Amino acid sequence: MDVMTWTYLIVGASFVLYIGIAIWSRAGSTSEYYVAGGGVSPVANGMATAADWMSAASFISMAGLIAFMGRDGSVYLMGWTGGYVLLALLLAPYLRKFGKFTVPDFVGDRYYSSTARMVAVICAIFVSFTYVAGQMRGVGIVFSRFLEVDITAGVIIGMAIVFFYAVLGGMKGITYTQVAQYCVLIFAYMVPAIFISLLLTGNPIPQLGFGAKTADGVYLLDKLDGLVTELGFTAYTAGVKPTIDVFCITLALMVGTAGLPHVIVRFFTVPKVRDARRSAGWALVFIAILYTTAPAIAAFARTNLIETIHDKPYAEAPTWVQSWEKTGLIKWEDKNADGAMQYVAAPADNEMTIDRDIMVLANPEIAKLPNWVIALVAAGGLAAALSTAAGLLLVISTSISHDLLKKTLMPGITDKQELLFARCAAAVAICIAGYLGINPPGFVAQVVAFAFGLAASSFFPAIILGIFSKRMNKEGAIAGMVTGISITAAYIVYFKFVNPAANVPANWFLGVSPEGFGTIGMVVNFAVATAVAALTKAPPRDVQQIVEHIRVPRGAGAAHAH
Amino acid sequence: MAENTSAAAEAYWKANIRLVLWLLAVWFAVSYGAGILLADWLDQFRIAGFKLGFWFAQQGSIYVFVALIFVYVWRMNKLDREHDVHED
Repeated sequence: MDVMTWTYLIVGASFVLYIGIAIWSRAGSTSEYYVAGGGVSPVANGMATAADWMSAASFISMAGLIAFMGRDGSVYLMGWTGGYVLLALLLAPYLRKFGKFTVPDFVGDRYYSSTARMVAVICAIFVSFTYVAGQMRGVGIVFSRFLEVDITAGVIIGMAIVFFYAVLGGMKGITYTQVAQYCVLIFAYMVPAIFISLLLTGNPIPQLGFGAKTADGVYLLDKLDGLVTELGFTAYTAGVKPTIDVFCITLALMVGTAGLPHVIVRFFTVPKVRDARRSAGWALVFIAILYTTAPAIAAFARTNLIETIHDKPYAEAPTWVQSWEKTGLIKWEDKNADGAMQYVAAPADNEMTIDRDIMVLANPEIAKLPNWVIALVAAGGLAAALSTAAGLLLVISTSISHDLLKKTLMPGITDKQELLFARCAAAVAICIAGYLGINPPGFVAQVVAFAFGLAASSFFPAIILGIFSKRMNKEGAIAGMVTGISITAAYIVYFKFVNPAANVPANWFLGVSPEGFGTIGMVVNFAVATAVAALTKAPPRDVQQIVEHIRVPRGAGAAHAH
Repeated sequence: MAENTSAAAEAYWKANIRLVLWLLAVWFAVSYGAGILLADWLDQFRIAGFKLGFWFAQQGSIYVFVALIFVYVWRMNKLDREHDVHED
C-alpha cells in the first residue's frame, strides 16, 4: 500500500477512536466539564497531562531544533522537563488542596481582590491563545504534507474534531481522549526512533544507541562531531550560546512550564492531594520517554541527513527531497553549478536550505522505513497538536464562563447556564484559533516561546508567594505581577518587533536574550512583591487561614465552586 | 489545644520545607550545575560515547528529575503519616 492509503487508514482510525471516547465520556455538570468531576486516577491523569503538555512543537519541531543546535538545544530538554519538579514540589499539592477550578480562582481568592483575578484571567487567555494558534498550524502542516489537502481544509478538519470532543466532553472528554492521544503519539514517536537506532548503531533503545558505536566502529557522537566540523559548523556536542543566556533560557522555560494554566489545571482533576503529587511524577515519566528520545533522534537525523545529501548529485537525490521541496520546506540552489547538493556552514557556499520542522516528519523517509511508519508519524503529530489544542481551549472557555461571567459579571447564573456559556465560549475560541491557524500572524512561532517568559514573570511568583508566604498581600502580588510581566513584555517587544536589528548579544541586558528574559522578570516580580508587601498591611486573618489550610493535606474535598 | 495544633502544623511545615530544599538543591546541581555551569569541565570524562557534561544536559538531568518527584512523593507520604495530617 502507498503512504497516502496508510495515512488515511491510520489517521482515520485514530479520529474514530477520539470521537468514540468523547461520546462515552461527555460531561453533565460544570464540575465534570471543568475538572472531570475530580475523579481521574493519577496514572491516567499523568498520561493526559503528558499529552496536554507535549504539543505539535514538542513532537514535530523539537528534535529538528536540537539537530541543528547541538548542545545548545539542551535548553528545551531541561527547560521543558525540569519545570515538573517545581510543579510537583511547590505547586500541585497545594493548589489541589485549595480545590477550585482555575488558576485565576486561586489568585483571586488568595489575594482577596477582583483586580488580581482579572489580571490572572487576562494573562491566562493571552498565553493560551498564542499557544493554540501554533497547534492549529501544526495540524494544517501535517494534513497538507501527508494527505495533500490544503492547509485551510486541514485546519478545518482539525477544528471539527476538537470542537466535537472539547465542547461535548469538557475536561472529562478531553482527559480520556488525551490518554488515547498519548498512546498514539508516543507509539508514533518511538517506532521510527527504534528502527533508526537499530539501523545506525545496532542498539534498539534510542537513549543507548545515542551513545553507541556506528557500524564503522566510531561512537555516533564522535562521528557526528567530525562530520559537522568538517563542513564548517561548531562541533555538535559543544555549545555556542553564552553560559548566562543558556542558564536564563532554561530557567525561564522551567518556571514558565510550572506557571502555565493548562498544565496547572490538570492537577485539579485528581481525587486527593497525595494523587496530585504522584500524578506530577507520572506525567514526567510519560514526558521523559519522549524527551530523552528526542535528542537521540536529533543526532541520528543530522548524521543521516549529511550522509544522504551532502555532495550527492541532485539527479540521484532520494524522493523525499523532491516531495519536501514541493512544500517549500527544502530548497536547493545550485550555486556552483556542479549539479550536486552542498550542505555546509558558510552561507556563500551552502546550497541547501532545510526547515527544522521537517526533521521528525521526514526522518522515516530519510531512513527508508516502511510506508506505515510514515503514516504513523502523521497520526502522532496530529495527536500531539489536537490534545494540546483541546487543553488550551478548555482553559480559555473556563476563564470566560467561570472567572469572567460567573465570578465577576453575572454571579446569579445557574450551573446549567454556566455550562452552556462554557460550551459557547469553547466554540467561539475554536473558531478564533482556527482563523489564526489559517492566517497565522508572522510572529506566532516567536510568541509561543515568549508565552513561557510571560507565565514565568507573572503567575509563578504570585502562586509561590501565595503558598509559601502568609505575609504576602494583594498590594504586593498585584505590583509584582504587573511589573514582572510589563518589563518582560517590553524587553521582548523591543527586541523582536520595535528594533529587531538591535537584537544582538552586545545590546542585551547582562547578556540575556529575549527568550531568557522571563527569568529576570521573575526575579523582579519576587523583589517588587516582597518590598511592597513589607510596606503595606498584612492580609486579613481569614486569608492567612486559607494559607494554613492549603499547607496540610487532610481534608481535601472534591473540587467545587465553594 | 489550639496552640498544640498550630505547633504541630508548624513542625510539619518546617519538615516539608527542609525536604523540598534538599530536593531542589539536587535539581539545581544536575541541571544548572552539571548540565550548564560545569558542562565544559565534565566533558573531559566520558560514559560510553557521551561526554559527561553533554550527557547530563541531554539525558541525565531528565532521569534525575523523574527520580526526584518519586522521592518527594515517598518522603511526603511518610511525613504526612508521622505528623498525622494524611488523608483518610
